[in-house]
Amino acid sequence: MEFLVASSIGLLTACGVYMLLRGRTFPVVIGLSLLSYAVNVFLFAMGRLQVDLPPIIRDTATGYTDPIPQALVLTAIVISFGMTALIVVLALRTYLEIGNDHVDGLSGGPTDTGEQK
Amino acid sequence: MGNWMIVPVVLPAVMAALTVLAVRHDLVLQRVFSAATVLALLAVSVALVFHAAHTGPEMYALGNWPTPFGIVLVLDRLSAMMVLLTSILAAIVWFYSAREWDKRGKHFHALFQFQLMGVNGAFLTGDFFNLFVFFEVLLIASYGLMLHGAGENRLKAGMQYIVVNLTGSSLFLIGVGLIYAVTGTLNMADLALKVPLVPDSDLALLKAGALILFLVFCIKAAMVPMHFWLPGTYANAPAPVAALFAIMTKVGAYSILRLYSLAFGGSAGDLSWLVAPYLLPAAIVTLVVGMVGVLAARQLNRMVAFAVVGSMGTMMISVSLFTPDSVAAGLYYMLHSTFAGAAMFLVADLIISRRGQYGGSLNSAPDIRQSGLIAVMFFMAAIAMASLPPLSGFLGKLQILSAARESQYAVWIWVVILGTSFLNIVGFGRAGSVLFWKSSAVEGEIQTASDQAFPKQTVIAAGMMLAMLVALTVFAGPITGYLHDTSAELFDTTDYIRAVMGADTPVAEITTVAPFAQ
Repeated sequence: MEFLVASSIGLLTACGVYMLLRGRTFPVVIGLSLLSYAVNVFLFAMGRLQVDLPPIIRDTATGYTDPIPQALVLTAIVISFGMTALIVVLALRTYLEIGNDHVDGLSGGPTDTGEQK
Repeated sequence: MGNWMIVPVVLPAVMAALTVLAVRHDLVLQRVFSAATVLALLAVSVALVFHAAHTGPEMYALGNWPTPFGIVLVLDRLSAMMVLLTSILAAIVWFYSAREWDKRGKHFHALFQFQLMGVNGAFLTGDFFNLFVFFEVLLIASYGLMLHGAGENRLKAGMQYIVVNLTGSSLFLIGVGLIYAVTGTLNMADLALKVPLVPDSDLALLKAGALILFLVFCIKAAMVPMHFWLPGTYANAPAPVAALFAIMTKVGAYSILRLYSLAFGGSAGDLSWLVAPYLLPAAIVTLVVGMVGVLAARQLNRMVAFAVVGSMGTMMISVSLFTPDSVAAGLYYMLHSTFAGAAMFLVADLIISRRGQYGGSLNSAPDIRQSGLIAVMFFMAAIAMASLPPLSGFLGKLQILSAARESQYAVWIWVVILGTSFLNIVGFGRAGSVLFWKSSAVEGEIQTASDQAFPKQTVIAAGMMLAMLVALTVFAGPITGYLHDTSAELFDTTDYIRAVMGADTPVAEITTVAPFAQ
């Protein structure tokens, strides 16, 4: 399981970083989302991987899983969700006002319909 | 009195929510709410500074959870001073914006107060996951403020600013996760106790986490090579927002100073003064890049933004030596550069708004309205940015040079600081002569929008920001005294740790000095 989790975090991060470095806003937004998923799973794994264990210590419990990373992940999910919403709206607004979707806002490249601007 | 430290966080949060919910249709009421907040913050933060100076570090446990399980706020000299700096800056920025700028978009005052909440929270918190949350609060508000009034260039720059900071937030979480995985704590004081006890096998992981966190703080503090977001953002942000953002880079600097002197400072065993070897070269390069940028900039706003990058370099050079004297000098320069940068952005806005179609480009234009008065203000702000006498920047730089004398890299530091000061003077001197002296030789007329007003209030506000520099110079003695106490408190972490973890906590002795200290 460790290998599976670790390699999936690695794959998500690699894809996220690749997309983040693209020149258009849409892949960048996707990249940021992938990166935030990777970070969420990573944070979760920082409490060590445990299966079938309660997050609360009881007298009868034989073990427990660390609840704090789970709380941290919740916070991180809420924040990254809000941020993704914001950046999608901003990307749309930028596209509508500037007329292209390059992250650096350079005009002169081909537009989406293929015609030269 | 100690319980009052929650006020700088809660008050703006409540008032911002009220502003959005109750008075969003009435600009005058929004201004009143906002003014009430900044004035109350000013009063509370003055009281907090005096309190912190008398009693030393104090802790406020949110929800009364026992440490280290709950989130704590910690008030010490450094955090009290930063909150006061924020309040003064906010009051003047409010005065500047509450006439003209806040009409250009919706919800300026609500975002402004959320921004204050985030900044104050980041300064006061004693928990580094909570620091992440407050970073996000201040960033979300800053995205809104940055895009206030919109416009093509602002949207472009805003997009880049947000992407950079979102990436930074992801890195922040990775760093926090790594540190938590190794030490099992999120409390900074508790972390300071746990770091020396980490077994050798986990040391690399902890070091990686701490350095990733350092990278994030460097993004906020605009240290090379993470400074690329700053010039575009600051140059395109609305002027009062750019002035308020002068405190944002200091949040990064504060976090570096706080976390790496407390948890990775002299008592951290193998990880002592972890960031010092990286911080000094980065700071030197930041200073050079900033000042070369001042020379190269073709726009007034970009020039000021690069000067801000450079001033962060100067300040961080001083901090990176991690000696009590150098940190005190760096803090004084930080107070100065915050006001100087803010004043320069406000003055630049006064100039640009009067130049009509010529805008901020550094080409000669016909005489502007009130050119005499504005020229004097520009001259004063430029003196401050270049750290020339008689204003406080000179005192700050002098203290930094004197504190660096004993470092083994003293020659480098002296050459770079003095050399870049010269570049700065040339850059601002050239800008001033192009903007004000050559204007009389230019024929033509400035066309401004017919309904554009040039309210006195904005000139007065910019003047108040300059007056802060004068005050910083006049009261340099008491302020430097306070800063030396602050820096002593940062280096002797015992009081801080005991304030948070309980009075009888055994605290490791400070055993190592910073690598470049002698």
